Amino acid sequence: MSGIQKLVLRRIGLGIVTLFIVSLLIFIGVELLPSDLAQEILGQAATPETVAAFRRELGLDQPAVIRYLEWVAGVFQGDFGVSLANRRDVAELVAPRLKNTMFLAGYAAAIAVPVAVTLGILAALFRNSIFDRLANVFALSSISLPEFFVAYVLILLFAVNIPLFPSLARIDDATPFIEALYRTFLPALTLILVVIAHMMRMTRAAIINVLAEPYIEMARLKGVPRYKVILRHALPNALPPIINVVAINLAYLIVGVVVVEVVFVYPGLGQLLVDAVAKRDFPVVQAVGLFFAATYISLNILADVLSILSNPRLRAKA
Amino acid sequence: MIEKLKQDLATGTISRRTFMAGALAMGATVSSASLLVGEAHAIAPQKGGTLRIGFTQGSTSDTFDPATFNNDFMLATGYAVFNTLVELAPDGSGQPDLAESYEASADAKTWTFRLRDEATFSDGKKVTAADVIASIRHHLGENSKSAAKPLLKSIEDIKADGDNTVVFTLTEGNADFPLIFNDYHLGIRPAQADGTIDPDTMIGTGGYVVESFEAGVRAVLKRRDDYWKKGRAHIDRVEILTIADPAARMNALLTGEVDLIDRPDLKTVHMLKRNPNVKLHTQDGTLHYVMPMHSDTAPFDDNNVRLALKNAINRQEFVDKVLKGYGKVGNDQPIASSMQFYNDQLAPRAFDPEKAKYHLKQAGLDTLNVKLHTAENAFGGAVDASLLFSETAKAAGINIEVVREPADGYWSNVWLKKPFCTSYWGGRPTADLMFTTAYAAGADWNESRFNHERFNELLVKARAELDTETRRNMYFEMQQIVSDEGSTIIPAFGQYVSAMTKRVHMPEKVTQLWDLDGMRFIERWWVS
Amino acid sequence: MLRFFKTTPPTALLGLFIILSVAIMGVFAPFLAPYGETEVVGAAYMPWDSVHLLGTDNLGRDMLSRVIYGARNTVGLALLTTAIAFTVGATLGIYAALKGGWVDQVVSRAVDVLMAVPPLILALMLLAIVGPSIPNMVLVIAVIYVAPVFRLARASSMNIVVLDFVQAARLRGEGNLWLISREILPNITSTLVAEFGLRFCFVFLFIAALSFLGLGIQPPTADWGSMVKENATLITFGDITPLIPAAAIAVLTIGINFVVDWMLHKASGLKD
Repeated sequence: MSGIQKLVLRRIGLGIVTLFIVSLLIFIGVELLPSDLAQEILGQAATPETVAAFRRELGLDQPAVIRYLEWVAGVFQGDFGVSLANRRDVAELVAPRLKNTMFLAGYAAAIAVPVAVTLGILAALFRNSIFDRLANVFALSSISLPEFFVAYVLILLFAVNIPLFPSLARIDDATPFIEALYRTFLPALTLILVVIAHMMRMTRAAIINVLAEPYIEMARLKGVPRYKVILRHALPNALPPIINVVAINLAYLIVGVVVVEVVFVYPGLGQLLVDAVAKRDFPVVQAVGLFFAATYISLNILADVLSILSNPRLRAKA
Repeated sequence: MIEKLKQDLATGTISRRTFMAGALAMGATVSSASLLVGEAHAIAPQKGGTLRIGFTQGSTSDTFDPATFNNDFMLATGYAVFNTLVELAPDGSGQPDLAESYEASADAKTWTFRLRDEATFSDGKKVTAADVIASIRHHLGENSKSAAKPLLKSIEDIKADGDNTVVFTLTEGNADFPLIFNDYHLGIRPAQADGTIDPDTMIGTGGYVVESFEAGVRAVLKRRDDYWKKGRAHIDRVEILTIADPAARMNALLTGEVDLIDRPDLKTVHMLKRNPNVKLHTQDGTLHYVMPMHSDTAPFDDNNVRLALKNAINRQEFVDKVLKGYGKVGNDQPIASSMQFYNDQLAPRAFDPEKAKYHLKQAGLDTLNVKLHTAENAFGGAVDASLLFSETAKAAGINIEVVREPADGYWSNVWLKKPFCTSYWGGRPTADLMFTTAYAAGADWNESRFNHERFNELLVKARAELDTETRRNMYFEMQQIVSDEGSTIIPAFGQYVSAMTKRVHMPEKVTQLWDLDGMRFIERWWVS
Repeated sequence: MLRFFKTTPPTALLGLFIILSVAIMGVFAPFLAPYGETEVVGAAYMPWDSVHLLGTDNLGRDMLSRVIYGARNTVGLALLTTAIAFTVGATLGIYAALKGGWVDQVVSRAVDVLMAVPPLILALMLLAIVGPSIPNMVLVIAVIYVAPVFRLARASSMNIVVLDFVQAARLRGEGNLWLISREILPNITSTLVAEFGLRFCFVFLFIAALSFLGLGIQPPTADWGSMVKENATLITFGDITPLIPAAAIAVLTIGINFVVDWMLHKASGLKD
């Protein structure tokens, strides 16, 4: 096990270095963006005088290097700074939205992952059957439609034509859990449809890939039933790619859902990040951007560790 | 007279009994007077209910600092929570709001505002002169980042005269000065001990208090039971949501998630109208689209070139295709037909390539090559409008190269900087403010670098003139000058469109500045 | 030829047929389309009839013509973007696997950083910096897609470079270019092709998402993703105009993946 521990520690170390570089890139990116917060907020109403006054107030008249170093110093003390736009603490601004983002991602994942893996196994089991073909076409069409299109169609079907669910996913701290599940059903369903195909196809492909291995032939020749061959012998060996594709889709559910947030007016991190980029609110962009990067990195580490643990051959190597 | 009574009854200024008495006194029989009550009550304000609004705009960077109010979400919230000294009435005139009365000195250089005795903040404190001074000062001075700063440029001094009176001294006479205070940046906040306001305060004198506010997401407002203004703030609870996506906004209205949305997608508005629960509200306003040319830069320094371009644009096509019919052709001058002093005698300028060619010849040119700078955010459809212009101008031998600029930084890097670009104005309540803001020589936002001696002279004179008839003549002449010699193409005025369920009601006449009753609909409208 | 038709599964044939039709549609768009790409030919939202087979769009442009031109723009852009991403990503990936050591470390860490930033945000920022023109969009999306292609290419090549024939070629003193193109690339082609199929489809969706956020292909250029977005509000009223470009994307995606599945199946050597 110490091999794995060493690996994890090394990956975490690398992850932190990556995060640092990402923060530097984000800072440079925001600096390179044309115009700044003062100009974006004042818009057409800006005059050179008011923009200058605004910049002085925000400290944007300081050199970029100094602003970045001040921000880094703050982060090392656990302080992510205040939003330039509304002077609110970034942590306080991000926290409720983070909760919302995790809620929706968790909701969609809790349904999508088991369904996708089960469908994938079934498709592998009954490959080239009508079921396999239908599942494949359904999966392909659902990934080939833009997210907002899937969302609009679901709204038309289940909110406008048959008024079962609300078309806006409005929740706040006071919303009871069951009610929140109900109100966010349509966005969750949209996300489920979007991620299910990728995971299902990968599960099917991974299992079929393993089926060509000699030990599977062996098991089959011994007369083990087809479903047992798949569940007992093929699945465990096909787990690493499945775990990887699940990790990629989980990351997507957390970092990539801004379009669904916009359509359902769901106050998540994606919308906050897009707004902050549009207004050049650098501390907010940094905080959300780093959280997204950290999510991606940790899910990757987790996936690799699980792959190693799940596979006897990889475990032996580690 | 009966009409006036009906209006009063409807807006709650008089009671049913007063109405009956008045109507009877005017010779109506008892039964017909009762009939009139029924008719008026179809639109009579009701107390109570909830109004849920879906706005296109609203951003997570929004704050309560009035200096940076810049979108409909904050405009509507601001007007509901704070009062201004003066409000713009539906007829375009100023009407005392927090000020009980105001008067000018003979030269219109000194203005004295008396505050209402009964007006209180939501924390119970009475409104005093100090509050007004602190609130206005927030927009003045070297360190102010306020967008309202240029508006208040002419203020030389503000003084309190006792607790209840504020005196403004101006650098020059201004007959329209009170109307400046209708501006949404200028809501009155309580003064702190050091004579400033807390920019983030949510304590106002308005009919609503903020129950919750999440920037860019939603605001919940609750009616104040002790609101001092009578016959206003009918709705109990108001919820404002930002729904940026047009399809989501429309779906929210159709599924009853909200009662009112602004800017419905004009492509599908005709289908939205077919829904029996939905009604459409269109409002002529002061919104207009402009293409300013720098009048000090060749080739635009020749008025013949400007006239050639003005004749080479197809205005009707602009209204039909860019505004989807929700607008009116413009006449290269910025005063809207709903405004006082609108010059209705200017001959409309039609699309006339021959005339354009004639003017080109006068300028000594056979063809003209110009670049028109535009971006998607200059106004909705700005790029389409520019491409259409470029197509039609070819008939007059004018080649317009449309340069698409990035939306980010458009207002800082392109507008006011490039010699020929696209832009828009939400409008100003008075002719003076409109001209002063965008056409006076040396003004910050004089986007066409217009500098016309007679115009400048008239502008100053008309501003201080208190006689309405003389002023009218002056403004008529100024509109003529801008239309014929100005350096701005104004192809069209836009209409505001909003959609709402049939339970939302509004007075018969609404203010024509900006959308939704001058954005004061929350305190003026009601639900059934 | 006949043998090809007999041995190839019907789904793959269908896929090939779809890809060929779209390709022909794209290449010969100006000859096939009854009207111009941006030509206004009538009133807005005219119903389907014999003159305008699929009706007209929001500005009164012929829908059929726009779908045909859309094939050219959408598929052309996606092809270009994916081609750049694969050329750069695969070359780097194989090279890193071949060289190992610090070269591998540096490139791999750089790709880690690139992948850690959410693609949509990366695209928003990059496009805001360089401006949303079509060449810029192609480059920005290509840059974003280099990272996953690199990882895939590197991972698959890792298994190949340790094999005897590569070592032998190295000892013979063959150059890097030769090793990459002759020894490694042929052995990882099937993996790369499968990825190519998916990435290719993701490009349309990515462009559609960008146009949803106001940064995609700017009008009046016809592209399927933006066409879905432009007419999306119609869905609520049961109008199927936006379904046409959406269906075009879906059919092409399915077609490509049928072919990809078939190639993978052939490569896996599994006889079923």
